[in-house]
Amino acid sequence: MSAHLEARAVECRRGRTTILADVDLAVATGERVAIVGPNGAGKSTLLRVLAAIDAPHAGSVLLDGRPLSTMPARERARAIAVVSQQEVPPADLLVRELVSLGRVPHRSPWSTDSGDHALAALDRLGLRDFADRAVDRLSGGELRRVLVARALAQEAPLLVLDEPTNHLDLRHQHELLRTVQDLGLTVVAAIHDLGLAARYFDRVVVVHGGGIAAAGSADEVLTAELVHRVFGVRVVRVLHPETGEPHLLVDP
Amino acid sequence: MSAADTRRAPLTLLTVIGVVALLVSLPAATALGATSIPWSEVVEVWRARLQGVPSEATSDTIIWNIRAPRVLLAAIVGAGLAVAGTVVQTLVRNPLADPYLLGVSSGASVGATAVITLGVFASAGTWALSVGAMIGAVVAAATVFGIAMGQGGLTPLRLVLTGTVLASAFSAVASYLVFRSEEPQAAQSVLFWLLGSLARASWEQLPLPVVAVAVTTVVLLLMRGWLDALLAGPDVAAALGVPVARLRVVLFVLQALLVGVLVAVAGGIGFVGLIVPHVARLLVGPLHGRMVPVAALTGAIFLVWVDVAARTLASPQDIPLSVVTGVVGAPVFLVLLGRRRYRFGGES
Repeated sequence: MSAHLEARAVECRRGRTTILADVDLAVATGERVAIVGPNGAGKSTLLRVLAAIDAPHAGSVLLDGRPLSTMPARERARAIAVVSQQEVPPADLLVRELVSLGRVPHRSPWSTDSGDHALAALDRLGLRDFADRAVDRLSGGELRRVLVARALAQEAPLLVLDEPTNHLDLRHQHELLRTVQDLGLTVVAAIHDLGLAARYFDRVVVVHGGGIAAAGSADEVLTAELVHRVFGVRVVRVLHPETGEPHLLVDP
Repeated sequence: MSAADTRRAPLTLLTVIGVVALLVSLPAATALGATSIPWSEVVEVWRARLQGVPSEATSDTIIWNIRAPRVLLAAIVGAGLAVAGTVVQTLVRNPLADPYLLGVSSGASVGATAVITLGVFASAGTWALSVGAMIGAVVAAATVFGIAMGQGGLTPLRLVLTGTVLASAFSAVASYLVFRSEEPQAAQSVLFWLLGSLARASWEQLPLPVVAVAVTTVVLLLMRGWLDALLAGPDVAAALGVPVARLRVVLFVLQALLVGVLVAVAGGIGFVGLIVPHVARLLVGPLHGRMVPVAALTGAIFLVWVDVAARTLASPQDIPLSVVTGVVGAPVFLVLLGRRRYRFGGES
């Protein structure tokens, strides 16, 4: 399953305010792209357009060369799975019921889901024990992982994640992103933590000032100069004494 | 299962119990009323009538021509109100939503009040009240639909605001009609209708609500996968390939037709459409494939016995059904809402 995503001259508005203009972005099949940028820069807005939840005000988004705007909703849902930031599912839904919703685009609305895909997806994220728990009994971090499990049950080749590591403790942040990495899917994710973006993603795209300020490998993009310009903090790049990998030390 | 796990009542068992309870309730309810009829006679009449012949028993007319259609209508209206309540609660994602939220019944009350106070549709004879209510319901539903669509679509907030505002306006018109009426009995007739009554039930009245309830239930079950996705919110549903805007239009039209028909035959019976969906949800969870059948059965059984109470408590006078459902319903609802473990959705 291929999933080559391409945004051409995309413009996004909220009301009369232009949030992003003239955005060009290509994501190759199997590539993982992290969208970084300060609060309010338009990361979520861009993701919503890339996932076709919102239509761009101008320009177009293509999946494997086909405009998303002309693709039937069901077919699009089989190609793109979304984990959004502010989802609040019904409190009395069980975890396996919530994860089974990922099968909706694969079955007719009058059929009954077997639940097998949901349990497999929960297994994959180590959440099997939560299957019969009501959603309101989950912590914020557990809910986030359950929502990722739903995206896995959806079996879409393109995964769009809006800050998937929010609310997660350190271990689960890394576990989740490692799982995502191992899936071999095409991934576009908004990420706050620059270190995580650098470690788990092939490419980093910086959204700032109403457009894309920089894009490329973490080493090329996340320079002290750019981070200072975009985030307004000073950083120093140091090499990890044991692994030799580059890290950003923040010194606001 | 750990202590935090939630148990769901087994659907098949629950359905079987519900169907049996309903099948027992229907003939049992025809035994009770202003005149009490011995059980042996009731059984005899039902046995004969179900074989297609009138019974020899003296109570044959009372049981088969007066009470049986009324009991059956109670079951159908009860099921219908529960299903309609489910539709509206799913549509607006709000635990306080009931079938009358979107203004349909207030429009119907204007039509019914016009029939009672001004004598319009007199040519329709005994059907005048139903015709008036139905026309009022259609006009109200079309108005709410038109305004909500014109202001950006059938979003929950838009629907609740438009429905509530227009309901007040329609109620004002109905009140004015009562106020300026010179008929001394008008106020009481209108009040009785507004509070719901099955006193006018007849065999001829049954087919329309039966069709409305059956069609709505079947359509809901056919769309259940999409309705479940809608529980998680419109954005999630859209990302799962659900045609949210069209689904909302279908749900709105379904509730408008169903509530219009129910109100036309039974007036404004309160509380059933609000509470029964909650009870069903508590038993089998929020997924529509499980919840809709359970809600329909529960609503049917509940209203059959509510109507028995309405007929017998102040016999020979009929008590309006909303009086009974309110007295029973308010405490039930408070207990439900008071349960720490029960929350309708994340938004509450």
